[in-house]
Parts: sequence; C-alpha cells; structure tokens
Amino acid sequence: MSHTDTSTLDANEAVAYVAHRTNEVVALYPITPSSPMGEFIDEWAMRGKTNLWGGIPRIEQMQSEGGAIGAAHGALQAGALTTTFTASQGLLLMIPNMYKIAGELTPFCMHVAARSLATHALSIFGDHSDVMACRGTGFAMLCSASVQEAHDMACIAQAATLESRVPFMHFFDGFRTSHEVAKIHMLSDAVLRQMMDDDLVAAHRARALTPDRPMLRGTAQNPDTFFQAREACNPYHLATPNIVQRLMVRFEELTGRQYHLFDYVGHPEAERVLILMGSGTQTADQTAQRMWERSGEKVGVLKIRLVRPFSIKDFVRILPATTEKIAVLDRTKDPGSVGEPLYLDVVSALREAQDQGILPFKNDPVVVGGRYGLSSKEFTPAMIHGIYEELKKDKPKNHFTIGIHDDLTNTSLAYDENFNVESDDIVKAVFFGLGADGTVGANKNSIKIIGESTNNYAQGYFVYDSKKSGAMTISHLRFGPRPIRSSYLITKADFVACHQFTFMEKTDVLDMAAPGATFLLNAPYSVDEIWDHLPREAQQQIIDKKLKCFVIDANSVAKATGMGSRINTVMQACFFALSGVLPRDEALEQIKNAIKKTYSKKGEEIVRRNFAAVDEAIVHMHEIPIPTEVTATESVHLSVSDSAPSFVKEVTALMMAGKGDQLPVSVFPPDGTWPLSTCQYEKRNIADTIPIWDPKVCIQCNKCALVCPHAAIRTKVSEETDLADAPDAYQTMDYKAKDFRGMKYTVQVAPEDCTGCGVCVMACPAKNKAEPKLKAINMQPQREHRDVERENYDFFLNLPEMDRAKVARLDVKGSQLLEPLFEYSGACAGCGETPYVKLMTQLFGDRQIIANATGCSSIYGGNLPTTPYCTNSDGRGPAWSNSLFEDNAEFGLGMRLAVDSHQAIATRLIKQLAPQLGEQLASDILEADQTIESGIDSQRERIVILKDKLKTMTTSEARHLEQLADYLVKKSVWILGGDGWAYDIGYGGLDHVLSTTHDVNILVMDTEVYSNTGGQASKATPLGAAAKFQAAGKEVHKKDLGLMAMSYNHAYVASIAMGAKDNHTVRVFREAESYPGPSIIIAYSHCIAHGYDMINGLDQQKRAVDAGIWPLYRYDPRLIEEGKPPLQLDSKPASIPVMDYMQNETRFRMVQKMDPARFDRLAKQAQKQTTQRVSMYQQLAQLTLSSKSNSQQN
Amino acid sequence: MNLKTQYMGIDLPHPLIAGASPLTDSVDNAKQLEDAGIAMICMPSLFEEQILRDQMQTHFAYEEPAESFAEALTYMPAPEDFRTGPEEYLQKIADIKDAVNVPVAASLNGYSPGGWLRFAKLIEEAGADALELNVYDLPTDPTISGQEIEQRTIKMVEQVCDKVDIPVTVKLSPFYASPAHLAQQLVGAGAEGLVIFNRFYQADIDTEELQAIPYAMLSTSSDLLLRLRWLAILSGQINASLAVTGGVHTSLDVVKSIMCGAHVTQLVSCLLQCGPSHVTNLLKEVTLWLEEHEYESLHQMQGSMNLQRCPDPSAYERANYMQVLQSWTMD
Repeated sequence: MSHTDTSTLDANEAVAYVAHRTNEVVALYPITPSSPMGEFIDEWAMRGKTNLWGGIPRIEQMQSEGGAIGAAHGALQAGALTTTFTASQGLLLMIPNMYKIAGELTPFCMHVAARSLATHALSIFGDHSDVMACRGTGFAMLCSASVQEAHDMACIAQAATLESRVPFMHFFDGFRTSHEVAKIHMLSDAVLRQMMDDDLVAAHRARALTPDRPMLRGTAQNPDTFFQAREACNPYHLATPNIVQRLMVRFEELTGRQYHLFDYVGHPEAERVLILMGSGTQTADQTAQRMWERSGEKVGVLKIRLVRPFSIKDFVRILPATTEKIAVLDRTKDPGSVGEPLYLDVVSALREAQDQGILPFKNDPVVVGGRYGLSSKEFTPAMIHGIYEELKKDKPKNHFTIGIHDDLTNTSLAYDENFNVESDDIVKAVFFGLGADGTVGANKNSIKIIGESTNNYAQGYFVYDSKKSGAMTISHLRFGPRPIRSSYLITKADFVACHQFTFMEKTDVLDMAAPGATFLLNAPYSVDEIWDHLPREAQQQIIDKKLKCFVIDANSVAKATGMGSRINTVMQACFFALSGVLPRDEALEQIKNAIKKTYSKKGEEIVRRNFAAVDEAIVHMHEIPIPTEVTATESVHLSVSDSAPSFVKEVTALMMAGKGDQLPVSVFPPDGTWPLSTCQYEKRNIADTIPIWDPKVCIQCNKCALVCPHAAIRTKVSEETDLADAPDAYQTMDYKAKDFRGMKYTVQVAPEDCTGCGVCVMACPAKNKAEPKLKAINMQPQREHRDVERENYDFFLNLPEMDRAKVARLDVKGSQLLEPLFEYSGACAGCGETPYVKLMTQLFGDRQIIANATGCSSIYGGNLPTTPYCTNSDGRGPAWSNSLFEDNAEFGLGMRLAVDSHQAIATRLIKQLAPQLGEQLASDILEADQTIESGIDSQRERIVILKDKLKTMTTSEARHLEQLADYLVKKSVWILGGDGWAYDIGYGGLDHVLSTTHDVNILVMDTEVYSNTGGQASKATPLGAAAKFQAAGKEVHKKDLGLMAMSYNHAYVASIAMGAKDNHTVRVFREAESYPGPSIIIAYSHCIAHGYDMINGLDQQKRAVDAGIWPLYRYDPRLIEEGKPPLQLDSKPASIPVMDYMQNETRFRMVQKMDPARFDRLAKQAQKQTTQRVSMYQQLAQLTLSSKSNSQQN
Repeated sequence: MNLKTQYMGIDLPHPLIAGASPLTDSVDNAKQLEDAGIAMICMPSLFEEQILRDQMQTHFAYEEPAESFAEALTYMPAPEDFRTGPEEYLQKIADIKDAVNVPVAASLNGYSPGGWLRFAKLIEEAGADALELNVYDLPTDPTISGQEIEQRTIKMVEQVCDKVDIPVTVKLSPFYASPAHLAQQLVGAGAEGLVIFNRFYQADIDTEELQAIPYAMLSTSSDLLLRLRWLAILSGQINASLAVTGGVHTSLDVVKSIMCGAHVTQLVSCLLQCGPSHVTNLLKEVTLWLEEHEYESLHQMQGSMNLQRCPDPSAYERANYMQVLQSWTMD
C-alpha cells in the first residue's frame, strides 16, 4: 500500500475534511460526539484553508442546535452550500427545520455522529435512536460503518444531495466510528472535484432567494392545495436511490472503493442472513466470513447504507435466493411499536416485493428483529455468532436483545462469549492509563507513526471512564497487514501496559493478556522489589500465562526529564522498544520525528524534554524475573465495604469494577431513579498528596472545608465525651470561639476521596511562625498517611453532626460546620464549580429540589456508577434531576409549581381539618416562621405531630394531607447550570422564569466556556479570550446576564466569586434563598479550560475581582421598599489592571502569542469596557427606586 | 563640545544611552527617548526562564486535561501559529528599529548554556545592532563552585559570540571572586563590551503575611560608587568597551563614570523618575561641565581616573577601605 494517499485519523476528522472542502457556510453547535467535526473545520478555516472553490468556509457557532439548523436553513435559502454537525437531542432540536429543508427540496448534507437519546438517563455514547427519530423528515439517510466509509460517504452524500435536491443526513456510529482512529485512504481534491458537479452547484445558487430574482417560499397553504403540493416532491425522492447508486459507481471509478445502496457479504448460498447498518456491519462481516471459512456455514450479512429512501428492488435483489432466516438488527429501541424501524422496513419491503413478484427466495424466509448495542454496548463476533445460532432454530426468538442478560422479560439471546474470530497476524495492544498522564495522546501518536510509516493498517479506540478527575483510560490498539474491521474492544491482547501502578490494586489489568503476552508496568518500585508489590491475581496470571514482564519507574524518569507527571513519552518509547511493531531504533527515531513535528512550533524546550524522556526510558526499563510461585497475600480490591447497602454491593460495586456489562436487566430501576450517597463507596485513592492538619497552627477559619471541591476536607465540633474512643492519631483542639466553647474542634481529610488538588492549602491563611512555608494544613504523601487517616476519617464521620439549629452565624465558619450533602464527585481536581454546589447543600440540602442543566454539573452530579448527592442521618437530602440542556429553567419552574400546588392543597386541608387536628397546631403550622434553621426545625416537629394525629383519622382528606404534610416544611427549589445553558441555549427559558414571580433560585456556574464539551465559546466568554470557535480571541465582551436580570426589578441578582470574598458568597446564597421570588446567582467558576493550574484558581478569582472584570454585587428588590438602592456593589474599585488578570491564563496568552498587536487592542478594549461597566454599576448602586415615583437620585 | 564616543565599535554622538527598563520596551517610548536625544537604546531582556516557563506552562495547560474525558478530548483551540517562543520580542526589536534611527541593543538574560542561545541569532536577524548578554546567576546550590559558575558564563559568551556578527556586551554582577580576571576571560571569549553592574531585585519581607516579596527599588547616585571603583580597575586593563549602569542620575555621575573609564552610561532610574526629557537636560549639563572645566572633548576625560592614570590608585584598592573605616568615628 502506498502511504502517499493515506492518513491516520478518526471519523470526525475524516468527515470534517470532506465537509470543509465542499461547503461555504457551516452553522453549528457543540454536542458530543459530533463536536470535533466543527472544531476541525473552525481550526482549518482559521488557518485559511480553502474549499474546492477557493473560498474559506464561514463558520458560525449558534446558541443551540435549533439555532444552527435555522441558520443553515437561511444560508441554504440564500444559495450557499451549507452543512452542520450534530447528534442526539441536538438532532431532535433540528427536526422542525429538517422538515422545512426537505419540503423545499434543498441540497444540504448534514453529518451526524449517531448517539443515544436521553430517556431514563442521558448517554453520550452511540446508537441509532437519534437518527431513527428523523425518518419522517424527508431527509435521505446514508449510513457509514467505518472511518474509511465515513470519509467516502460524506463525499457521496454531498454529491447526491446536489443532484437529487433531497437533503441528506449522513450518519455513523458515535464514538465507535466517530472516535475510532484508523488508517484510511484520503480523497484527493481531484476526486472531490469530479464528484461535485459545478452545474449542480450553480443550479443550487440559481434557486437562491435574491431581490434580483425575487421568489417567495414558506407560504401557508390550505386544505384545497396542501395535500397535492406535498405530493409534488415525490419524483425527487423516487429518483434519489438511483442517483446515489450512480454516484457510488462514479466514486468507484475514481477511487477503486466499491459501495452499493445495500451490500451483501458472506456465503453466496447463505441460509441465515443478518441485516443491519453502521459499525456493527464490520464485525458481522468479519464474523460471517470466518464462520464460512472455518466451518462452511451458510451465513451472510446484508449491510444497509441508504436507509431513506429505502429502495425495495435494490434491497431484495442482493439477498441470496437461498435465504431461509433473516434477523434484522436495530441499534435503537422503539417501545410499544410492532418492531424497531429497520425490522419494520425489512418486513414491509419483503411483503411489497412479494406482491410485486420480485422476491428471489425459494421459500419465504422467517424474519425476526432484535436490538443490540444501545449506548455503544459492545457488539462482538460472539454475539453475532449467537444470533446465527438462534436462527438455526425452527422458531427463532423475535424481538430479541443481544449483548445483555434480560431476566425480566426474557428478550435476550444466550451466546458463547469465548467465540472469537480475530486473526493471528493482527497485533493487539491494550494500555491502562490515567487521563492526565497522556496515555491516550501517546497512543494516538503511536497509531499515526505505525499507520503512516509502515504498510500496516492501524486502528485505535479509546475507552474513558465517567470521572473528570483521576479518570482511567483504556486504549485498544490493533495493527495488521489488512484493513481492520474489528469494531469491538480487544479481549485478548499481545501487549498489555499499565501506566499507573494504583490500577493494579483495583483492576484486574492482566485479565486481557493473552498467553505469552508482554506486560509493561509503570511502578514506583525497582525491578528487584516489584514482584512483591503485585497483587495475587497479577502474579498468578503472569505465571499461568507465561507473560514477559517489564517494569519502569516512568514517573521518576518523567520528573527527571522535566515532564512532570506526563509519562506518555516514556511509556510510548517502552512500548515501541518491546512490541516489535517497528525495529527499535527506527521506532525511537519515528517517535522523535513525531515529537518534533508536533511540538517544534510550540517550543524547543518541549521537544528537548520529550527527546530526553525517550532516551531515558529505554535505559530505565528492566525485565522482571518471574518466580515460579505466587507469593503475594494482597488481592485486587474490587468490593465495597460490608456496611454498604445491598444495591451498592450488588449493582454499584460491579459498575465501579468495570463489570457493569454483567448486570442483568432485573437489577435496574425501570424509570432511571437511582439512590443517593453512593460516591462514598468508591474510594478512588487518586491523590498523590493529601492535606494533613496541624492543629498547632490552625486558626479555625474553616476556609479549607469551604473551598474543597470534593468535600474531602471537613471540620467538626464535638463534645469531649464523644471522643473517648478516638483513634490514637485522631487530632483535636479546643474550639476557640464563644458559641461552642468547651467543645473540641477537628479538621479531617478524607484520604481516599481527596483528589490532591491542593486548593485547601492555598486557601489556608494560617502559617507556621517558625517555618512559614508550612500552614495549618500541608500536602503530604497519601500512601504514607492513607491508613491512619482512613481510620481517623471513619471515626470523624461517625461523630454526631452539628445541630443545624445551634449554628447561630451562618458565615464561612458556621456554614462549614454543617454536613455537606454533596461529596466526592467526579469533578476535575480543583474544580471551580463544586465548592458552590457543596455550600448550597450545606445550607439548604435537606429541603432542596434541584433541576440541573446538562453540562459539567449534571455529569459530576449524576454520571454513574456513583452519585455525589447524599442524605443526612434523617434520610433527607437534595432531590436532583437533569432534564435537558435547553429546558432547565423551565424544568425547575415546573418543580416549583408542583411544590406550590402540594403546599396549597396541604394548607387547604389543614384549614379544613383544623377542628379535628386542633386549632393551635393548625395555626402554628400555617403561621410558622421558616426563615431560620430553628424555625424549620420546629416546623418539622409540628409535622411529626400532625402526621401522628392524621394516623388516627380515617377520612380521605386525612390520607391526602398525610401524603402532602411534608410540603408544609419550606422547600427550596434550585436551578443549576453552566454558562452554556444560562447564556446560550437555555437563555430564553431562563429569561422567562426570571420574568415570573415564582420562588426559584438559579445558580449559574460561569466558567465562561462550554466546559463539558471541551471549551467552546459561549456568550459568557470574555473579550480577548481564546476558545473553540473563537480561536483568534473573542471580539466582543461577555453578555451582562446580571444586568439583564436586574432590568426586571423584581428578581434577586448577585455576582459572586468565592476566591475573592468567601463570606460574601455565603451571604448571597442565604439572601437569594430567602428572597420570595426568582433569584439568580452568577458564580465565577475557574476551569481547566482557562489554561492554568487549578491550585491557583482562588487567587485568579481574586484577581478577576481586583481588576474589575468580575464585580461582586447584590441586587435585592426588597431594598426598594426600604427606600434603599437595590444594587449593592460589594467589591472595591479596581486595584490592578485587567492585563494582570489576563496574563495569568493561557486562554488570553495564546491570543497574545498569536497576534500581539491584536491582543493589545483587545486588552485595551477589555480594560475600557471593564472600567465603563464598573462605573455604570457604581452609578446604579446610587440609584434608589421608589415604589411611588419612577426613580430618584440619592 | 565633542561628546563623541564609541561603544563596542558603534559610533555614538555622546555617552548617554537608555538602559533596559519599561521605557525601552515599546515603540512609543523609544521614539520619545530618541526625540529627547538619547544616543542608543538597550531593550529589556528576553529571559531564558520566561521562555522555558511559557513553553512548558502552555504545554501542560493544553496537554494535561486533554484525552481524559470522552466528551472533551481537548479544552482549548489549537491554532497552528500559536508560538511560545521569542516571536513577540523579536517583533518588538523590528518595530523599534523601524521607528528610530539610533542604534538598538537587544538583551538576552539567562544562566545556562543551551539551545535558548539560538535566540541570539534571531535577535540579530530581527535587526538589533548589538546584544547585551545578561548573565544573571544567583547560585543557591552550595555544591556548585564559583569556578563552575564562571566557566558556565564564559561558555555562554563563547557560544553567543560564535553565533552572531553583531557586537556582544556582557552585563555582569559584582559578585565574583575576581571580577577583573573574569572580565578578561569574557573578552577573550569574544565579548566586545562589559556592563558594570547589574542591580538585582532584592526580596523584602512582608512581616504580616510571612512572605518574601520581590522588591524593585530605583537606584540612587550612591549606588554608583561601587561601579566607579570597578570601572577604574577594569579600564585600561581590559580591551573592551565599558558601560556603567546603576546609579547614573546627574551630570556629575556621568562625568565621574567617564573619568573612571566608562565609554557609555546607561540611564534607567533617572529616566523612570524624570521621563525621557531628562536626557536633554543631562546632555546640556554634561556639555556645560566639560566646557566650564575646559575639556577639549569627552574623549580627553575618558579613563582619566582609572587605576593606571589616577593620582592615587590606592583609593580604589584595600587601603581605601581602611581609610574610610578609620575616618568613621562615633560621636
């Protein structure tokens, strides 16, 4: 194979390449897993890369998918070649416009990385539920099954839409294809040019709306004509299959790659045939071929490419006449229907073909349907083999599922999990890495090296876990002499690498090692010591499988070569040295070439250090002599503690151990409801260092606990008598303030839950006077302190929690004596959002309902296997739900309406039943003061009495009130989300909710960027900052959401930054919650997307406030009635230039480095705008809004 | 009055040049200095640590969060033309050179031989007329000997001089065991000038926050005395141009410096305090002083008070120390 026309890349890039070359306008909105397509095009456009016609596509990021398709529709109507990319619910938001675009016969090709729709739960992974929801739109639907096909079909679809005028949705499997890295043949410009007919482009332009040739579209039609007019498009849809097939033929002439609307592979006289589409066809193809070759089994696969319009004649034509049994496999679920969409299409098609007399079969085949692969569930040769086995039966199961164990409705098929079809000439390698250590990046790099410098084909697929901090990644790499069609994970690897030694303690890493495989381990132990540190399971497998084992202390090598914790280059060098995929010297040379290519423009020092890492790696890698017997006594820790609830033991524990695939259907709640408080069982042990308390220095400010993003450092005040059984190492000191004098105070770390971010130490204001580099908490090696602090923490947790009613001052210190009901989430180490969430639960968690917009906060808030929201000892805690990205304010408002309704009914019933309940109790309940904790406490006591009384009553009203009585205790409704939601996609709803008078509290955690999807610009992105889709630096200043909210006059509005003024933050939360109408808090949240070490996040928050970039304020409408200015500016006038703030963050610095003059202009503009904004706030803070007159100046 | 002098082979109309400071960091300021009559401009340094730090910080900021979470494989755009090298500095050299007619010296600040020295060539290509190599080195490691540090410095100078054709001057600190010996070796390594001496930013202590705080204090004329002594010692013994920096505020400071052997005087603190117009005043005053004292030219005065030519060389030597102590009496 010639390397000249090949490239190693993923399908997102492969598709984006074609889309960029063949379009003029790109309107988009980020959504996983399609976001990279837009990002690639944006990057290329910024570099000035042109399309086929010499123009640079215009890229516009919109506020939602609805906005993107609206803009695309407009661009199409005005005659531009236009595209967009999307997935999942984003695609659903486009549906209304898709009907329009198709109805208007508009050439348009969109690309979809097909993804599960959120139903009982959100999933970012792949299946066809989103694209199948678009079947009625009138779009043609063309499916790709591999990276190569995605590249090719992107071209064919674009060409076909120009000719047919039917808009095309080209789709491929999210993640499995969109994120698979593979070596493919690239389409040259010459080929693309020959596929795109300029006359058809001209025809598209000629249909454009223009005042020079005015036309009118989008009429409203009536019963007399709508129907007929709707049928007028039929010829175009009917012609489309032929057009696509003709273009496929032309494509084959140009490239040698052959495609048809439907492709059949397998035995020419197959009796059992599978019909499916997408990446599963690759595996099915491979399996059927192998079954035929191995044992002559008469099996085959029909691959569907053009799903819409569905060409019956082309479909039936290629089915073998010998076909007796057909299984149609859908990667979607259509509850309540006769069957899933493809199944219904096939059944209907066969019936029609029979009526038309074009069926090729000797006997009518049996047709069954089945579901597979929802949410990227593995779809393996073993499963396909299992389906073929099922088809051997006289009456194969219909509407089956495969790949799961359905013990509830018994839909699933059993199969032999050991069935395998992988060739021996494919090298299979698996790497266990930590997100932050660069393992995946290095592996992508390795694939490129092998793919682009040898004749081998290469494939890489990467599995990420659900956490944002300390996340484990598993890279699956295959290399071989032929194109690789294995669209499933490796189960038996020739090479296994474990890049973090801690994984050995909690994961059965060697389970994947094939006999005789090579095992490479990064460990902090020498070659002489390492054997004794391996768990039993590892030792046993090494001996049994005769593994060749190598060890390197990659962390030390990386540190010594100036690479910090980035061990990627070190481990990559070791892989090449051991794997033999390339001769060692050549491999190392290639790594260095790749390093130079990647980093030479980014800095000579980066190249130098990486080179040093390569050289040192080989020197420090050693083969481990393998003893003949297992000597270890320690085992891999896969279980949770005995005290865990049974659900955690039976379900969560398996999910945590990576064995969720084994769980049967019956263990799952049918409606997505999930228990709280399960993060506590995970004990991830991801921190290298943890904070250790020194009471001699501590001033008991509680700031450490406030700022901890993971609730992993806590404070408690205890009675001395409760400490009698304290562990020897448990530390306390006398509580200093008056409120709890005589009691003992403790700061305690959760050693196994801490992420080691160090933010607490940065926040600690107390310094050791003899050695000021030490504070009251100091980071110490976790391994050395783990056992002692684990025992201390267990004891700490079992001490009584503070009585909420007794905390008189709810400031920073007081708030941190309250139990957090949000703990150990999977948020990034040093996250700027979660301290706000934690504080919120400390203040209101036991009576809180949360509506959470999709985004970071919904992921760290509800991404399984574990849940960070938790309950107190009374079983109370935040009730939490995520609806969608775009509807969160409305979702929360709905919760408020329901709670108010329940409360109103309960109030009415209390009044109605007052004679029986006792007038005093009824009036006490109805008139209760619930503005302070003690008032709420008292009300809860009254409700207990009420319920006791109700139990003795027999009326239906009593039963009704009994059910609703708890709503008489004040409920706090919170609406949480990030700036992508609040400023962009959800702004319409947010604005509406603010316009009402309902008592909801909105917390906007403003990271000034779409953090969860990888740093795309939002309307909160500040002037001068680089973000995806604003790579050159944003030209306009961020939207002043607070000011817009203030304009209603009746909403409480506040701007906070915990790092700048922590007591202000606590005060704002309390004021907002106490305000009996809508309130909105805009919270500065530092983020890894800002490009600096998060340990400095709080300092940077302070800089933002000191520079005036982030003024602190409270707008409290209650003050209007008091005759005071409702706006209180709580930050001092700017004391540092805006530049001092900007220069600390890579997002600004990169703009400066790209174009210093432009940055200088933007920075000056930012300074001017900041000064103006602060000045405006200063003036507004003088403004008294009288309820009698319009306004008056103080 | 003929105030002409020569610095590293560059002819200058007079010895007042602008030393590295924020005032020499922008085109606008450079123009103002030229308008005020400055003879040459020395730009602030491109720091070795700054370049390395910038590169590594940006690298880690971009790379560390990447490829870790399925939804966000990266968190920042990756524009191809994002450079963390010296491009900005080089552009500034070119801009200032375009804007003014006086010679412009650029500066490199580092402490170790290495690849970063290639920036010297880039600085030359950007148009600088000379290069000031600032060998700021504060050895805190007790295992590193003075000899080792000196050898490192000499090697650096050799490497730089090999790379460029423009003249190179070395800005020294006073803290060497034998500054004169080192100076000789540096000249042997190719340096055409020496700048006497670097003023270090000292750390102050915040007694409330218990923090060491970098503290930049402007010089005064009293800082000049140390420099005068070493100018006098080096002048006549070293075959290179001498510049003085640190403590030149008044016309008399300029005169003393020239007498002790300086070919040029770098003005920094006085310009920061009084602005560029101070150059004009100083120039007038120096001219007046020379006229009043009936000098024929500046050249006549240059080095007249150095160790070889002054009437009492012991004043620069150990005897001077003893004399000062003895004259200091407690009342």
